[in-house]
Amino acid sequence: MISLEALKNEVQNWLQLHVGSTMALIAESVLLGILVIALFAVLGLLLVFMERKVSAVMQIRLGPNRVGPKGWLQTSADTLKLMLKEGLTPDGADKFLFNLAPFIIMIAAMLIMVPVAFARNFQIWDINIGVLYISSVASISVIAILMAGWSSNNKYSLLGAMRSGAQIISYELSAGIAVITMIILTGSLSVNDIIASQENGWWIFKGHIPAIIAFVIFMIAVTAETNRAPFDLAEAESELTAGFHTEYSGMKFALFFLAEYINIFIVCAVAAILFFGGWMPFHIGHWQAFNHIMDYIPSSIWFFGKTFFLIGLIMWFRWTFPRLRIDQLLNLEWKYLLPISLLNMLLMTIVAILKWYL
Amino acid sequence: MHEVAGTTPEGDFIINVGPQHPATHGVLHLVITLEGETIKKIEPHLGYIHRSIEKMCESLTYRQFIYVTSRMDYLSAHINNHACALCVEKGLQVEVPLRAQYIRVMMDELTRIASHELWWGALAMDVGAFTPFFYAFRERETINEIMEETCGARLTMNYMVPGGVMADIHPQFQQKVNFFIALYKKKIEEYNELVTGNIIFQNRMKGVGFLSAENAISYGCSGPVARASGVACDVRKRYPYDVYEQVQFEEVIETGGDSFARYLVRIREMEQSVHIIEQLIDNIPEGDFQAKTKAVLKLPKGEFYQRVETARGELGVYIVSEGGTTPYRIKFRSPGFSNLSALNEMAKGGKIGDLVATMGTLDLVIPDIDR
Repeated sequence: MISLEALKNEVQNWLQLHVGSTMALIAESVLLGILVIALFAVLGLLLVFMERKVSAVMQIRLGPNRVGPKGWLQTSADTLKLMLKEGLTPDGADKFLFNLAPFIIMIAAMLIMVPVAFARNFQIWDINIGVLYISSVASISVIAILMAGWSSNNKYSLLGAMRSGAQIISYELSAGIAVITMIILTGSLSVNDIIASQENGWWIFKGHIPAIIAFVIFMIAVTAETNRAPFDLAEAESELTAGFHTEYSGMKFALFFLAEYINIFIVCAVAAILFFGGWMPFHIGHWQAFNHIMDYIPSSIWFFGKTFFLIGLIMWFRWTFPRLRIDQLLNLEWKYLLPISLLNMLLMTIVAILKWYL
Repeated sequence: MHEVAGTTPEGDFIINVGPQHPATHGVLHLVITLEGETIKKIEPHLGYIHRSIEKMCESLTYRQFIYVTSRMDYLSAHINNHACALCVEKGLQVEVPLRAQYIRVMMDELTRIASHELWWGALAMDVGAFTPFFYAFRERETINEIMEETCGARLTMNYMVPGGVMADIHPQFQQKVNFFIALYKKKIEEYNELVTGNIIFQNRMKGVGFLSAENAISYGCSGPVARASGVACDVRKRYPYDVYEQVQFEEVIETGGDSFARYLVRIREMEQSVHIIEQLIDNIPEGDFQAKTKAVLKLPKGEFYQRVETARGELGVYIVSEGGTTPYRIKFRSPGFSNLSALNEMAKGGKIGDLVATMGTLDLVIPDIDR
């Protein structure tokens, strides 16, 4: 069976043979860049389409079903429309920051892709502080949102940006502590090590109650961090019309829109890596035969399967819950989630010291 | 002329919500003074959809002017028509046949349920949940189909004439209504599960947008808004018209005064409406559906007033007649206008999110406010 790993080795060997090691490195970097951008485009189209279909199912509608077979080309058509539209810049806006913000949010989203392992031995860079890197780069996006809101010279945008700033900075704490809780078990920040430690069972099953609590907290926190309902206060359609991107149009708006979906993909990928073993197949202790059968399913399918399951979960939230108010949102984080996650970390430390997780 | 943009001298934001804004459900324009996210003052600006309906009515005959009023509160179109028909009948001193009264009241209550269904969906959308909107429309569609069969129209039904209703009910009317009642009783569970019981929704509603009973009375609030503050003001109960005297129903009163109380009043009112329809649907008496009236109606010289309970509150119709075929002057007392005037009292000191939620529970229909 062709795996992504074999494909990667094939390309690498061919390049080494034919163009020499320096040129090979440059060629690989260029290839990676193209791959990441291609992945972005495909993921964006796929996730937007998925969201529309998921919401349609929940809202007793059909969803897009006219453009292409079963509506599959609808998002491509939308993208084309957005590209052809004029990208307006408001008169009173700070033009430089206004035009810069969408790119920063995209670049931040692209950078997070680096340590994510898409399949067995298929990763851009196995950086040894992988999870820390993800957390830190993810927080760059708040700068872009503040920039967009401030430079638009629109009160709705500014309110949205301020809300978003407060929200993302608060919820990063819980998300970070939930990650640390899992790091206590694995003892390593490297994504590869974290996945390898789940060979005989995923942490969500092995980690007992603290792992489940950490998972729930992580999911809530990342939903807030990606500005998704029920925490979509930064956009709050019925209150602030469109929040921080009220003034954006055309491709600049599309970049914000795309970045939102890419961020969802990434946080779900991180959740899959931390709690569900990334590309690791489903293994049960010493059931050799069962584990062997599971190994036959390609690792990339495991990874994307888990990630899309979690994305479905986040979409389910969005189409079910009403939105919180800004003070309730901050109360939830500072009065409930943060103390609980701190206690949970303590609990996990006990579990780790007593080695209950084996 | 006061400031509608920029900032106040104290450095507070002035924000314009509307005339085009997703939360105003129409062309309402609110000028809001903000301190951070906290609201200091709300000033509604009206007139964007003023169509001079009162003036228009003066040049229409007593048969014609009824149908213009469908365009005031379009969600209780039938009830508006009912008020006008009753007022004209009062002047003509016509006895409406019992069958017509039954049909009118049932249609009123169906309209009320349809209106509250729409409000429920729109409120959920205001607080950020999109899905309930579609669920509400699914059930509302059943009512619209009943209306369509009997009157030929779905929203502005124009079914009333002075002295009764325009045509007899559709042969399938009773069967369809019974089907709707059964469906509704099943679906209300779903509504409560999805929205009423939701912790986020309750947090958004409870203790928000408080309106005291004193303020409710002094601002002239009526309907569910006043009843949620503990003011008993149901016209159907206090000044019954048609067969409301004979049916058993509870006047829904909550004492909370906050948004959640207003929410509960409307939810429970839907149940009471179903209860009223249940009592009438299987006992529609035989007979005429319209009293015999002259082709050209002339009201005697004098003043006539009739109030009814629409889905939003008390609607008053005041006709001054000089004895001709058209009214000399008509004045409508619309519930939405008074309810809106209490908004500043309710949302002051709250957050922007609260304003949207409070406005949702007021159930504003802008053409009703502007006329």
